[in-house]
Amino acid sequence: MALNATTRQPITLELMRGSPRRRRRERVVRTLFLAAALLGLLISLAIVLALAGQAIRWLLAIDLGWLWSEGWFPRADEFDLLTIFAGTLMIAVIAMLVATPLGLGAAAYLSEYASPRTRRVLKPILETLASIPSVVLGYFALQWINPALVQKLFASAGTFNFLAAGLAVGILTVPLVASVAEDALHAVPGALREAAYGIGAKRKTVTTKVVFPSAVSGIVASLILGFSRAVGETMVVAIAAGATGGALRTFNPLERGQTMTGAISSLAIGSDQVRGSGFAFDSLYFVGLLLFVITFALNLMSERFVRRVRSQY
Amino acid sequence: MALVAPADTRAAVDLALRGRKRDLGGLLFRFGLLATLLVALAVLVILLSTMLVDAWPTLSERGLDFVKSDTSSLASRAGVWQGLVGSLILVGFVAVFALPIGISAAIYLQEYARDTRVNRLLITNIRNLAGVPSVVYGILGLVVFVQALRAVTGPESSGRSYISGGLTLAVLVMPIVILITMEALRAVPRGIREGAYGVGATRWEVVRSHVLPYAAPGIFTGAILALARAFGETAPLLLVGSVTGYLSTPSGRTPLEIVQGVYTALPTQIFAWSKLPASEWQSNTAAAIIVLLTAILVVNFLAIVLRNRYERTW
Repeated sequence: MALNATTRQPITLELMRGSPRRRRRERVVRTLFLAAALLGLLISLAIVLALAGQAIRWLLAIDLGWLWSEGWFPRADEFDLLTIFAGTLMIAVIAMLVATPLGLGAAAYLSEYASPRTRRVLKPILETLASIPSVVLGYFALQWINPALVQKLFASAGTFNFLAAGLAVGILTVPLVASVAEDALHAVPGALREAAYGIGAKRKTVTTKVVFPSAVSGIVASLILGFSRAVGETMVVAIAAGATGGALRTFNPLERGQTMTGAISSLAIGSDQVRGSGFAFDSLYFVGLLLFVITFALNLMSERFVRRVRSQY
Repeated sequence: MALVAPADTRAAVDLALRGRKRDLGGLLFRFGLLATLLVALAVLVILLSTMLVDAWPTLSERGLDFVKSDTSSLASRAGVWQGLVGSLILVGFVAVFALPIGISAAIYLQEYARDTRVNRLLITNIRNLAGVPSVVYGILGLVVFVQALRAVTGPESSGRSYISGGLTLAVLVMPIVILITMEALRAVPRGIREGAYGVGATRWEVVRSHVLPYAAPGIFTGAILALARAFGETAPLLLVGSVTGYLSTPSGRTPLEIVQGVYTALPTQIFAWSKLPASEWQSNTAAAIIVLLTAILVVNFLAIVLRNRYERTW
């Protein structure tokens, strides 16, 4: 008896779909949400277009020989790429020397050793550290890390140097590395640990020989992400590495110098802005494009590693 | 007959299993791992105490007067009021633009989108945007808001206005909001949705009445943290023209004139002051950092408390 009780009409597909008003509202809401999601794509496109257009115009206008010289002196039309690459690399490597042991150690403790209660007490340490703005850590590097650590150990270090800035960037990177690595360790199935405990393994053995190897893709991802973050860090370098104005090419972490991010920020605040040449200011688009491409490639790489973890378990 | 081993039997078995030795290596390893967290804690404590000591001359002499004073070229008269107000207006822009759009995008990606190649690409793209250095967003803001949209963002201030700064920060924070919201939505179990579908709810009704209420604490905490992040962000503001020197704020302007006018923000003020070598300025810098950190840490603490209070495991 396929009859509707009240109207005595047969139940049709049309009736089951509900009122047209309700369906229309559904469509409108869905379209709005879709538009919001597509905005993300629009932002990416805008970044690429904004950077690429200006960067290519700049490249076509300058003499390509300017990209290889004594150092980074935009006022003098010297845009030595190796100077800012070397600076960026030094900062990122020093930062990872700090962030790798601290980040992975914290992740391992929180995931493998801490009880839920201690976790609740210890986790906010990392979260608080993550919330400190980079401009504050930059000033901290200048006021404390350099005089109290770097200059005590190395008498030749000046007021501004890569080492102090790199250490501060490392501290900034610790929470990121720890949180991504902890997720990776957390994703290792409990059965693997139980199996190891079952044959009499100690907790240290389980952590180092079972959990870490199983989570290795995620840990690599966390390190790549940390490296990418260190490459993109601006304010610490702008304050503590002495990256105002030009800088000679150097590979010595105890000297002052320039990085890619530092070059952009000092061009922006005008310490290099000389109207006469006109090429100086516009170089920031080119450096920005390089920075974007490098960090984008690193992020994609780390995403690939994260996906490998997900497909495994 | 109870089969529970008495304490001395257990101790004997324990001892035999451990080979009569304390597990020294394991203990050292454990404390090594714990030490990494203690180092992080030590850094925090040193940072805060260094800043407090440096800030003491300014804070003890001037107290609230420092917070209430405007920018000045004299260290003894300069204060953070304009920076504080500026930063709050910027955060307001982020709240108005980044939060609703970010949360909507997350709802689409998590609740509506099927697992297709295109949608996976959208999500990967947003993850990547969250990792783009903030200074690159500054360049984006410079090209789009300061230069291209100058007529809207600030005809009088050559585009270097609250609107440009606020929208740049909103674009910067949006991917983070999307990712955090998606995470909060993902944590709501399927059964809750199925229950609503079972009584004939449409997708939007399921989201509005069932998923969002359960995900709300997570989304709210994430939103607070994202706003705190925007409050302390410095590098992009340098590119979109936050004033780092003296700024006069004439009274009697309309709200539109204010948001289209030149601006400054607390973090860029800190940056500018940190470059001045005189010791009075150093104390001012540290005092401004204390103001900034107080705001951020209080907000952060609230977020953590909220999360611990409403967190549930299914």
